[in-house]
Amino acid sequence: MFKMLQEIKVLFQKELQLEWRQKYAVHGLLLYLASTIFVCYLSFKARQESISPITWNALFWIILLFIAINAIGKSFTQESAQRGLFYYTLVKPESVIYSKILYNSLLMLGISLVGIIMYSWVMGNPVGNMTLYIIALVLGAVGFASTLSLVGGIAAQAENTSTLMAVLSFPIIIPLLLFLLKLSKSAMDGISISENWDEISVLASLDIIVVVLSGILFPYIWRH
Amino acid sequence: METLKKHYWKGAGMILLVYTMYMGFLGHVPRQPILNETVRNLYFHVTMWFSMIALLGVSVYHSIQYLRKSDPMHDLKSNAYVITGLVFATLGLLTGSIWAKFTWGDWWTNDPKLNSVAIGMLIYLAYGLVRSSLPDEQQKARISSVYNIFAFIIFMVLIWILPRMTDSLHPGNGGNPGFNSMDLDNRMRMVFYPAILGWMSLGFWYAQLRIRIRKIEVSLEEKEEA
Repeated sequence: MFKMLQEIKVLFQKELQLEWRQKYAVHGLLLYLASTIFVCYLSFKARQESISPITWNALFWIILLFIAINAIGKSFTQESAQRGLFYYTLVKPESVIYSKILYNSLLMLGISLVGIIMYSWVMGNPVGNMTLYIIALVLGAVGFASTLSLVGGIAAQAENTSTLMAVLSFPIIIPLLLFLLKLSKSAMDGISISENWDEISVLASLDIIVVVLSGILFPYIWRH
Repeated sequence: METLKKHYWKGAGMILLVYTMYMGFLGHVPRQPILNETVRNLYFHVTMWFSMIALLGVSVYHSIQYLRKSDPMHDLKSNAYVITGLVFATLGLLTGSIWAKFTWGDWWTNDPKLNSVAIGMLIYLAYGLVRSSLPDEQQKARISSVYNIFAFIIFMVLIWILPRMTDSLHPGNGGNPGFNSMDLDNRMRMVFYPAILGWMSLGFWYAQLRIRIRKIEVSLEEKEEA
């Protein structure tokens, strides 16, 4: 157990260093985020002056979803197959997937927070209960990261990775997205956290289920 | 005697289905506002979903067995059960659509259960895509087993938990009373439960036929290669 934590730590540091050395990946994501938000601004807000809160919310989650698929889809393809084999001889597959989930969760969380600031800047911020909205963002980041990490691992096995990534992840992420939309809608209406305890606990348990399931299933994907 | 032991359930299932058909179209049903005679669809619509869940569940069992034992036969079975499950899902959607037209007034209504099932169908169609995009047999079996297990659990969350948290036109959801409290009277129960068993046995028979056909195909392919 302790050995696995050690491995996760090392692999996590490796992910961070890789990202730090090739900054263009993160820069690319941020640029993607900024341009999508600005396109949304031009096509909604700039034309109609106002945008209904439901559209505001749905639009933001769709932007996040697309960015998540782009960001996490590459997490298994950016490293060569030979290096994958090298890791395979060194560490447990569980450590690989958990470190990826950890790293991708933090990445998604960062992107969501930067995103909500940029988005509120141009599109206005009709959120009533910001704390609850942030909770939804955190739960969303973890859920997206863990689901898409496993799906990314599956898609990386095939040749047409990017198509497969999109086709596999969209339907499988919808349940999570529906719960997130529901929770963030309550946040927009300014409903208190204590009244949304049901939604929060369902989302949290869904996150836990997906994380655990990824840990159990990933070793089978990885075994060549 | 051996064959009888092995195959009696098919005959029993068919007898149950004949009984379901007869009682379903001619038997007595309670008269209720809005539902009227459409309540007979209970035997044909609701039973489809029971069968689908059973079939998909068995398919997940075979996927788990495949991951544990790497026996290609389990993968073959798992795939056949998924396809049969999809057939039943399609039938469930069609019978549901007819029912919706005559009670809720539209072929497709914006109902969480309907949307969930549509998403579920997409998930399982993606499963088919994964299978066809992986050329290597072992890899295909392994990856699709993993995806199948993952998809099933997400699908169960989708159809069991989500509709209970939102408003739905379906009985038993969003404050609507379930069929139990509404008088699903004992005479209907006498048809409904046998109907579930009948449709399920039809599903399993269909899946077994698929499995047998696939087995023959596989052995033919092997012969050709040899």
